[in-house]
Amino acid sequence: MDPNRTPRSGNLLMRIIRFYRDGFRSMTVGRYLWAMIIIKLFILFFIFKLFFFPDLLQRDYDNDADRARAVRHSMTDYNRNQENTLLTP
Amino acid sequence: MDDLITVVDWSRWQFALTAMYHWLFVPLTIGLALIVAIMESVYVKNRSVKWLAMTKFWMLLFGINFAIGVATGIILEFEFGTNWSNYSWFVGDIFGAPLAIEGIVAFFMESTFIAVMFFGWKKVSPKFHLAATWLTAAGTALSALWILVANSWMQQPVGMEFDPAQMRNVMDDFWALVFSETARAKFTHTVASAWVVAGVFVIGVSCWFLLKRRNVDMAMSSIKIAGWVGGAGILITLATGDMSAVSVAKHQPMKLAAMEGLYNGKCGQEIVAFGILNPAKTINNDEKPYLFDISVPYGLSFLATHNPHAFVPGISDLINGVRLTENGDTVDAVSYADRIKIGREAHEALRQYDSAMAAGDKSAMAAAAEEIKAKYEYFGYGYLDSPDEAVPPVALTFYAFRVMVMAGGYLLLFFAVALFAVYYRPKWLQNRVVNWIGILSIAVVWVCSQSGWITAEVGRQPWVIQDIMPTKAAISAISSSSVIVTFFMFAAVFTILLVAEISIMLTQINKHSKEDITTISNE
Repeated sequence: MDPNRTPRSGNLLMRIIRFYRDGFRSMTVGRYLWAMIIIKLFILFFIFKLFFFPDLLQRDYDNDADRARAVRHSMTDYNRNQENTLLTP
Repeated sequence: MDDLITVVDWSRWQFALTAMYHWLFVPLTIGLALIVAIMESVYVKNRSVKWLAMTKFWMLLFGINFAIGVATGIILEFEFGTNWSNYSWFVGDIFGAPLAIEGIVAFFMESTFIAVMFFGWKKVSPKFHLAATWLTAAGTALSALWILVANSWMQQPVGMEFDPAQMRNVMDDFWALVFSETARAKFTHTVASAWVVAGVFVIGVSCWFLLKRRNVDMAMSSIKIAGWVGGAGILITLATGDMSAVSVAKHQPMKLAAMEGLYNGKCGQEIVAFGILNPAKTINNDEKPYLFDISVPYGLSFLATHNPHAFVPGISDLINGVRLTENGDTVDAVSYADRIKIGREAHEALRQYDSAMAAGDKSAMAAAAEEIKAKYEYFGYGYLDSPDEAVPPVALTFYAFRVMVMAGGYLLLFFAVALFAVYYRPKWLQNRVVNWIGILSIAVVWVCSQSGWITAEVGRQPWVIQDIMPTKAAISAISSSSVIVTFFMFAAVFTILLVAEISIMLTQINKHSKEDITTISNE
């Protein structure tokens, strides 16, 4: 057995938890990278997605039939270019 | 109308900005994962401390790039729901299925095996660790596969049938999507180009070590591995570029014509090796297409069809529906004016379908659905006001293609010289000018990679789905001001991320160039 390797003990779940715990604890540069990942994900999901990027069809219509109708009307409305009435519920 | 154009244009700019920033990180992740896996394989075979240290050093740079780049692509999916809601509904599960598979593959493979790569050095056996590294490399390429399958479907829509009731394209042949001619060419071309990016990156950073006269043995060994990976990558990229050209000629002939600035084609068409477009040239005048050009006889015919005498249609030919055989005979093709007419008839049938649906008239619905199906091939043309709207931005497509090809040619030479030097003329690599050429070539490879995407994506305009849906029909009812605001927010966030990546990488490279690299931590 490789003397550098940590001996196995405990059940699989505990070993996986220890694996990640020890890995995170031993990080140096990784700490900064993880901080950046977390900040980035916060900006993406809690600022951009929440406040600036709603799913318009999900937000404005209750069911798929209404969403399909809205897109059908939007895509066959020849006045769309003049009035910009796409997907207005 | 002005506002709609502004919304479309700003949304396109925003999507382009997001995709291009995302693509700064992705190819390095794909290519560097392979290089790290090869280095670790050598280590597992010979158990050399040097190869272990090399593996850990390049794995560290891989980790930095992965951490900064991860989830930058998720913004593209946000934009689908907000800016391009017509599109995201219209494509249905065809786009959703590959993206969902990509999400699952990316999440499970990458998050599991990357953890083993970075945390597992003392926890698992060397062979298990090596397997994790190879699976991470495979996972990055597999993630790319599903994204590229989705992108390829937009360029060559196959394996689906339009359902007017759902107002969606419903997938009826998954494997037709996965193995379409465009998907095969695009996946191999893109992944091989990622090897090229990583190859140049590793050689460039190694040249920095050589410039500083530190860790020279490690740098020389890194150049050998990167040279073979990048060299194989550039050769495969060339071969698959040929596949792409044949595919584009068949499925997107207007893109090929724009790539060449070709308005009136002929049999035995030459290819412009270098040229300057005449900005006054349009489809409506007889101006010369080029102010200056150096062309290779029969080149385009050969590139597009592998037959030097074949006819290649130009922009005006395609608009007029002119297609000629090798013998110069005119064959029947549908002009763009007729396509617009057929597309509008399909739209009218869709309106009738909607009215019949509201009235509960099933026979009228069936009749309208039949008409839509018969005319669906040209559905998107019904949105165009005139045939010239079907012409992509010729200048940008033409010049982006040439930048890609010229940079690709340079990179072929670069890898050939790098491999020759590292094996037969190692003294060349002690020259500071050579070192700086290696370092500065890092910029060239990214320009090449981005130019390829500009050629592919600008060249297919005005289509978001080839012939089926133009960009302007895909847009949502949102104000241009909201898109402009988020455009600059994205620009700011991505620029910060890019600066952070470059800064952290330079810090780590500089740090390790000042010390014996075998002391690198296990992180």
